[in-house]
Amino acid sequence: MATLMLPLLWMFGMSIRPNEDILGAFSLIPQRVTFDNYVTFFTDSAWYSSYLNSIIYTSLNAVMSLTVALPAAYAFSRFRFAGDKHLFFWLLTNRMAPAAVFLLPFFQIYQSVGLFDTHLGVAIAHMLFNVPLAVWILEGFMSAIPREIDETAAIDGYSMPRFFIRIFLPMIRSAIGVTAFFCFMFSWVELLIARTITSVNAKPIAATMTRTVSAAGVDWGLLATAGVLTIVPGAIVIWFVRNYIAKGFALGRV
Amino acid sequence: MTVVGDQVSGEVVAPEPPVEEEQSYAPPKRRTNRAWWLVVPVVVSVAFTAVIPLMTVVNYSVQDVFSPVDRVFVGLEWFRAIARDPEVHAALVRTLLFSLQVLLLEIPLGVALAVVMPRRGMGVSLALVLVALPLLIPWNVVGTIWQIFARGDIGLGGWTINNVLGINFNYTLDSTDAWITVLLMDVWHWTPLVALLAYAGLRSIPEPYFQAAQIDGASAWATFRHIQLPRLRGVLTIAILLRFMDSLMIYTEPFVVTGGGPGNATSFLSILLSKIAVGQFDVGPAAAFSLLYFLIVQVICYVFFTVLTRSGR
Repeated sequence: MATLMLPLLWMFGMSIRPNEDILGAFSLIPQRVTFDNYVTFFTDSAWYSSYLNSIIYTSLNAVMSLTVALPAAYAFSRFRFAGDKHLFFWLLTNRMAPAAVFLLPFFQIYQSVGLFDTHLGVAIAHMLFNVPLAVWILEGFMSAIPREIDETAAIDGYSMPRFFIRIFLPMIRSAIGVTAFFCFMFSWVELLIARTITSVNAKPIAATMTRTVSAAGVDWGLLATAGVLTIVPGAIVIWFVRNYIAKGFALGRV
Repeated sequence: MTVVGDQVSGEVVAPEPPVEEEQSYAPPKRRTNRAWWLVVPVVVSVAFTAVIPLMTVVNYSVQDVFSPVDRVFVGLEWFRAIARDPEVHAALVRTLLFSLQVLLLEIPLGVALAVVMPRRGMGVSLALVLVALPLLIPWNVVGTIWQIFARGDIGLGGWTINNVLGINFNYTLDSTDAWITVLLMDVWHWTPLVALLAYAGLRSIPEPYFQAAQIDGASAWATFRHIQLPRLRGVLTIAILLRFMDSLMIYTEPFVVTGGGPGNATSFLSILLSKIAVGQFDVGPAAAFSLLYFLIVQVICYVFFTVLTRSGR
């Protein structure tokens, strides 16, 4: 656990010292502490607006991915239908596609349909790998819930949609929490696609970070600061879903 | 004389109905094609984000593109060239080797981490957030952190190895060191994913199981082997496949740390691909390469997928 934290602590250490000290000589504890890097981050609109951009499209992506994935995961876990197994695997294959493959086509298609450089555009593009993931994780969790529950509800007179929303969704809320977190995470850290299909308005934070590499060399301190701050939204998200991960599933409680 | 009916019927035993594959606990899944309606949104979204772009790539892979208006159909020429390229073969071997090492290290580590993570109290939230942190850093930043971290002069990790352990370690010059750096970075970066999934799986085990095990005087190992591990099968399948697929496509982090070098020591398939696509701007060969790459990954994953999902049933 401690070794896990070392590089992060190191990064935090870098973010609160001036650049000369970072490059000057090795030292474990910062000699001079400065918050200039943080000030720069929050006063430069290029930094904080791209930070907001990332938050917007990531949240949008998580919501959209879950919305389409929930019914599909239910179908895969409860019914057998023509081609179900092939379809399931085909969905997964999209998770395996190297992002580099899609760069050029994405660029062209998004330009032509007007999704280029919009939050919605990035959110949709990231559904490429998040939807299969969401379906997959949700299916696994749903299959762990006995099918008898569906049948009991049907006998009790619940219609399918009502059963799904009133009984089933609350039962798998831990799974939804976990899935939302993973969607958020993968969308948050993805750079290649997000950078290709944005220019200004929806530019992600990760792309802004490459800006620190200038003719004068790398601004390590500012980069480390941005790195530290990129962890914050995710940490908040996982803080909120922690109970869902921790409580476990409502198996057998109904 | 009448036939003894009992005897006859007793001998002719009706054959057992074929056992369903997922016979385990529940009644068999209902067979209905109306379930397709539930899948439609997913199919539509994936069609837009995956199928249409993929068609474009297929289109490029059979043409020699000089400019947007000037292109020639070349058939399977690019595929032939890529499939014969020794550099591609080397990169493929390297990528597979890397993926296997990643799996062997990360899965046991992740499960171990999940087992020792606290199960109740304030520690739960704290442990979850701390474990998840590496996952939340954009990939290029992960690369950057490790690039500095592993440096012998100013990085904590590299400095420690050189000056405290007394081993001469330099990932920019030595190919083994570069490999180890990238591998360690990946383990650091992705073990938390396995741990989180495994932890979620472990939490689904009802408490009475553990109480019963305790009463029976089961050792920690026996509890793990017979109660926790079997229950983890589902999430571990996801974790293994996810890690396998992603490690086959790893790009950003090693690119930032080593740029594929020294020499070609850490040139994985994706790095080679982007060299061809962006570095040399050969759209045709790059498209053919990416399709072959895609295909190889799929075939391997399909085998993996079937083995993993069949074995437990």
